[in-house]
Parts: sequence; structure tokens; C-alpha cells
Amino acid sequence: MTPQLYVPTVPARPGDTPDFSYVQVSAAGEIARPSPAATVAETASLAETLIRVLDESGQACGPWNPGLDPDQLRKGLELMLRTRIFDDSMQRRQRQGKITFYMRSYGEEAVSVAAAMALLADDMLFPSYRNQGLFLTRGVSLVDLMCQLLSNTRDMCKGRQLPVMYHSGERKIFSISGNLATQFPQAVGWAMAAAIKGELNVAAAWMGEGSAAEADFHHALLFAKVYRAPVILNVVNNQWAISTFQGYAGGEQRSFAARGPGVGVAGLRVDGNDFLAVYAATAWAAERARAGHGATLIEWVTYRAGAHSTSDDPTRYRPREEFSQWPLGDPVDRLKRHLCALGHWDEKAHQELIHSLEEEVAGAWRDAIAYGSLSEGVRLDPHLMFTDVYKDIPPHLQAQSAALAKELREISAETGVRSP
Amino acid sequence: MSDPATKGMSMIQALNSALDVMLARDSTVVALGEDVGYFGGVFRVTEGLQRKYGTHRVLDTPIAEGGIIGAAIGMAVNGLRPVAEIQFADYIYPAYDQIVSELARLRYRSGGAYTAPVTIRTPCGGGIRGGQTHSQSPEGVFAHVSGLQTVMPSNPYDAKGLLIAAIESDDPVIFFEPKRLYNGPFDGDPQQPATSWADHPLAEVPEGYYSVPIGQAAIRKAGEALTVVTYGTMVHVCLAAAAHTGIDAEIIDLRSMVPLDMDTIATSVEKTGRCLIAHEATRFAGFGAELSASIQERCFWSLEAPIVRVAGWDTPYPHAFEWEYFPGKVRVARALQELAQTVS
Ligand SMILES: Cc1ncc(C[n+]2csc(CCOP(=O)(O)OP(=O)(O)O)c2C)c(N)n1
Repeated sequence: MTPQLYVPTVPARPGDTPDFSYVQVSAAGEIARPSPAATVAETASLAETLIRVLDESGQACGPWNPGLDPDQLRKGLELMLRTRIFDDSMQRRQRQGKITFYMRSYGEEAVSVAAAMALLADDMLFPSYRNQGLFLTRGVSLVDLMCQLLSNTRDMCKGRQLPVMYHSGERKIFSISGNLATQFPQAVGWAMAAAIKGELNVAAAWMGEGSAAEADFHHALLFAKVYRAPVILNVVNNQWAISTFQGYAGGEQRSFAARGPGVGVAGLRVDGNDFLAVYAATAWAAERARAGHGATLIEWVTYRAGAHSTSDDPTRYRPREEFSQWPLGDPVDRLKRHLCALGHWDEKAHQELIHSLEEEVAGAWRDAIAYGSLSEGVRLDPHLMFTDVYKDIPPHLQAQSAALAKELREISAETGVRSP
Repeated sequence: MSDPATKGMSMIQALNSALDVMLARDSTVVALGEDVGYFGGVFRVTEGLQRKYGTHRVLDTPIAEGGIIGAAIGMAVNGLRPVAEIQFADYIYPAYDQIVSELARLRYRSGGAYTAPVTIRTPCGGGIRGGQTHSQSPEGVFAHVSGLQTVMPSNPYDAKGLLIAAIESDDPVIFFEPKRLYNGPFDGDPQQPATSWADHPLAEVPEGYYSVPIGQAAIRKAGEALTVVTYGTMVHVCLAAAAHTGIDAEIIDLRSMVPLDMDTIATSVEKTGRCLIAHEATRFAGFGAELSASIQERCFWSLEAPIVRVAGWDTPYPHAFEWEYFPGKVRVARALQELAQTVS
């Protein structure tokens, strides 16, 4: 026999019946919770099992139950719904041509919202482009996010970035990069600096499982292990990287979490659609980091329920009905069921909340659009293009800025239009 | 067109056809990259090829550009002719070390014992509101590296012929595909509705095998008043600007940056005595600087005016100011007018 090139299998393509038999699922409450001070070896099994708290009936079970009070639970539900309604609304605005591009986090809202709730306000977050829930949980306003999407006169990025590439200096959320995985070693470096300075803040970074193929993922893990950096490295395994199934990132018969112990860092594999499990696992990793026991790699098992972006059509590469068959359900529905089971929520309250969030998002849009958009209303001064390349504008950019001014004057003289 | 051997193709279809022809002709050719296999690439360039040639010839890869190019080098050393796709030129940098330190120098450092005939295809350029990470034109940072050939077609006919030549070349090729031209020519005026390749003479593409030699420029429009040296999307912008101003420009489409067809350039500049260089990439130390220096060295005594460069500003590519950044028809037209009027 000669060796044959192995090619990962993809369980279902368009026209096939969805097949999630490859997803190893543990029962809620089944997995033990070691002390956050445990050695990497003592945590090794956590990289293969699935930490879950919420069961099918909406009960919170087992040692990972974080014991949140009803107010926190309702807050979590509201933040996830705000994220989802914001996403849906912005996707529609993109379809209407009001913004150029959008990416939703549909189906994976818990991964961001519960994590941000479990961390402290001074912990530094290094998001990917699918972590809008971090921004909303940290209190960045809808209007600020929308103005970035619109590249308008109040855009935090001064018109330079593609929509969704937010940041917040004030709320300690790093600037999102279009280049995958770069934030991972940067988060480790931030955490190393915190340790060098003797500060207690931890760093947390997120990426998709597809991005875990990049060298930067491996650099991050190794630096985190070597320096025992107080950092939480989150891999959001939503099964798909555009059209590429997670098996192509190495997920076939091997969890992403297992790379942690492989390098010498604790690894947890967690139900990413279980709000309580996300909260508890993040809190565990934060406590571990803050106490000087080092980094944790967390794989969040979830599903990208929407398209990759507004440029993508997932029906070309996966079965349309996959999400309805996803074994870990919908994070909003599951937290809602839990709150209802506890008697702290009901359908009426839920519908009222949805309604008020829709109003809030619509109102924020009216406020945001008043600052202009790329197609209508006031626009940013194009000369902003030349600032922030360096701290001060060097002579050659001053000359180019002047040349642009002349060009724009000529154009408006010729056509009455402001720019080409 | 009645010729049964040619067909109207977009640049995407022409590139797909080139890969199809080469996968069929040469069993050592393989294509690989992110979303390249089942899906056929985010720009659909490899559509249908995995179905036709199988998963061992057309490979989906992990998202790791350094891994893709490193693996392509290894495959090439072991007898294959890999065509690697980097999804956007803006994402090529994780592979820069493999390209610059390895791919470019393998033949040299091993005294010819090892070579790696790898073709790297990558969409480049702006005009699609892609912001700073979907718009870059990094040809200059590859043209600067000895051992690499650097190519950028401006139309479907050249795209197919050059890609076939690249795959057949025994030296590595960085093959830039101006993504704004994938579905139609673009004259640099975003207010006009997008045009398709239909009816464009250079979109009439032979269905079978042919090649366009690497290292040969093409004169897109003959003229006497001045010479325009350009490539990629800017070929169409310069043609439109020349038509708009009525200046009798000779417009040279380089097609290849390395090797550079200096003879075609020099013949033209010696005839016209004036030269404008246009590219989308940033100006400072861009490929235009090399062109300007080489033209000055060779044609100094024929020049009647200083060489002029039109380029992107020396900033990252901004999302909101795309059309103020892009060296469009207006910027080129005014440079043409000034150059035509300069008296020595
Ligand atoms: C370095 C780099 N390579 C390629 C891309 C193009 N790209 C953008 S998103 C994406 C898929 C990422 O998938 P994953 O990391 O799983 O995250 P998800 O989109 O599923 O959240 C790719 C290939 C990029 N942005 N950066």
C-alpha cells in the first residue's frame, strides 16, 4: 500500500442532511471543576470534554454553575438580544446600501456577552470582528458603533476602516484588525506587560477556529506558556471559516482546546451557546490568570448561524437547515428557558424586551445617520486621510495633502460636485 | 464572434480557464488556497476545478499563508507545479518570509540544485470599498526582491496567457490580479455604472492553450505626444484620461514588472520625449520610482520634461476616502495636461 494524501471530511454539503455526530457533547453538570490553581496536567481532561451548565430543560447543573442572580441573568439575556437585534438591523442597512459591509455574530452572542460580564472593567480585550457583544457589554453606545459602520463624521476610526473594525480606548477594547490572528500574540504581550508592571489586570483575545491555523496562534500559545502570561486565549469554534469546515483547521478528531495542554497551557472545551458555562469558564480562567497560575486556552463550541459576512452566501457550501439541527441550540433561547424555568421571565416580558430593543436600535440609527454617511449628508474631511499616518504629518504628506486640496477644488469648479 | 475557438470571458473566467487548461495538460499542476476547493474561491476563480480534478489536485487549505507558501515550495521541490492562491494581497505578509528568504533564493543558494516553480496568485488593488485590508497593491515589495517574477494583467486575454506562462515558468511568479477588473474594465470614475467585459476586444479569449510571454509589455494605444507607463487597473484609467483630454498619448501596459520590458518603454519615450508613470500603489519607493530611474538612465537625452508619477497617496488605503485616494481619471488627466504643456 502506498500512502494516500488525506483530505479532511466535511460532514454535510448543500443537499446533504446535516450531520453533527462529530461534535462530542457531555451532559450538563457532568464535568468536574478543578481549582483555578490546578496544574496543567490536572486540567488536561477538560480540553476533551465539554463543560456545560444548562440542560435541555433549562436547569443549571453541576459544579460550573456560576450562581448568577436574576438581575445578572436578565442583563445577559438583554445584552445578547441587543447584540442580535443590532446585527439584524445593520445587516438590513447594508442591504439597503447605507453601509458598505457587515458581519453578524448570530448564534454566538453568548461567547462575547458572558465573557465580558465575567471579566473586570480594567481587563484588556483583543477582539476579532465577530465580538460585537464585547463592545455592547462594556457599554460602548450603539450610536458610536453605527457611526463607525457609516464611516461618518463621528466615526471613531476617522473613516479609515471597513465597517465592524471598531475599538474603544476608553473601554479597553483593542482595535480590530482585518488580518486574522494578529491580536493573539499582542494580547499575550499586553498580559506580559501587566505582569512586568505588577498589575492585576488580565488580557483576553478572541479568534475563530479557522484563524487558529495561523502562526500567530502558535506564537501566542508558546509565549503564554513560557512567561505564564495572565491571558485568556479564546478560540471560537463556530464550525465554519467562510466555506472551510473546521476540520481544515485541524479540528478533526482533535479539539482546539487540546492544543493548550499540548504546549503547556490549561485548555478548556466549553459549550459556547451556554451563557452560564461561558461565564463560569471565563471566570475560572480569569481567576487562574490573576492568581499567577498562567494562561488558559478556551475553545467555545458554537455555530455560525449566519453568513460569514454580507459578501457571503453560505447556501453554496453548507446545508441551509444546519443551524436548526445544531446540538447546542441557540444561546438566547437557552438562557431565556432558564430564566423562565426559574420564574424570573416570561414570554410577555421577552416580547416587550425585543420591542423596546428594536426601538432603541432604530432610535440610535436616527441619531447616527444625522452625522452623515458615505452616500448622504455631511462627510468627513478627506484630508483626515493624511493624519495619524505618523504622529506629525511629514513634509511629503503635507505636499500630497495640498495636492489633493487642489484636485478637489478643480473638481468642484468643473462639476459642482465635492469629490470625484 | 464566429471563431469557435474563442469565447467572451471575464477576467475571472479567463483565469479559471487557464487553470483548467493547465490542470488538464500537466498532471503535476496543483491549485491550493483558502476556500479554493469546494467553494471555488471567494472570487470564484477556481470554481468547478475541484469537482473536475479532485481533492488531490485542487486543495482547500488551513488559513495560514506562511503554511500555504511553505508547503507549495516543498511540493514544487518534489516535482509539482503548485498554483497557490492568497485570498487578498493584503494577507500575503504572513508568507513574506517563505517568499523572500526561501522561494526567491532557492535556485541561487543551492547553486541550481533545487528550484521551486511556484505561482502565487493574489487579488490586489482597490476600487471595491475594501478599506485598508482589501485594497493594497504591494507589487513593489515583491519587485524589489531578486529571484521573483512579478506580473499584473489588465484584461482577460493577458490574464489567461500570462497565468499559463507563469505556471510553465521554472522560476517563481507573483501573479497579481487587479480585483476591480475581475468583472469588467474600470476607467476610474466611480459615478459611472460598472461595465462588464462583454464586447471588449481583449475579452475574446481562446478556449484552449496559449501563453503570453512574461516580460513583454503591450502598447495599448499608439501616440506621439507623450508616453504613459502603467499596469493593472490604471491601464484603463489612463486610456480614459487620455481620451478625455484629447492628448495623443502612447499607453504602455507593462503586464510584467519583473522582468521589465525596457526596450518597449525606451523606444516610446525616445519617440515622445515625455513620460508619465501611473500606479495605484503608494508613491514613495513604489515601483514607479524604479521605472522613473531606469527611464531617466536610458532616455535622459531624449527627455523634454521631467518624468511625472501619479500614484496612490502615501497613506494606508482609507475606506471613506477611497475615491480621494484612488488615482482616478481627474488626477491622471491633469497630470497629462501639465506634462504635455511643460516646455523645456
Ligand atoms: C491573514 C488573513 N488571511 C485571510 C483572511 C481572509 N479571511 C477573512 S475571515 C476568514 C475566515 C476566518 O474564519 P474563522 O477564523 O473561523 O472566523 P469566523 O469568521 O468563523 O468567525 C478569512 C479566510 C484574512 N482576513 N486575514
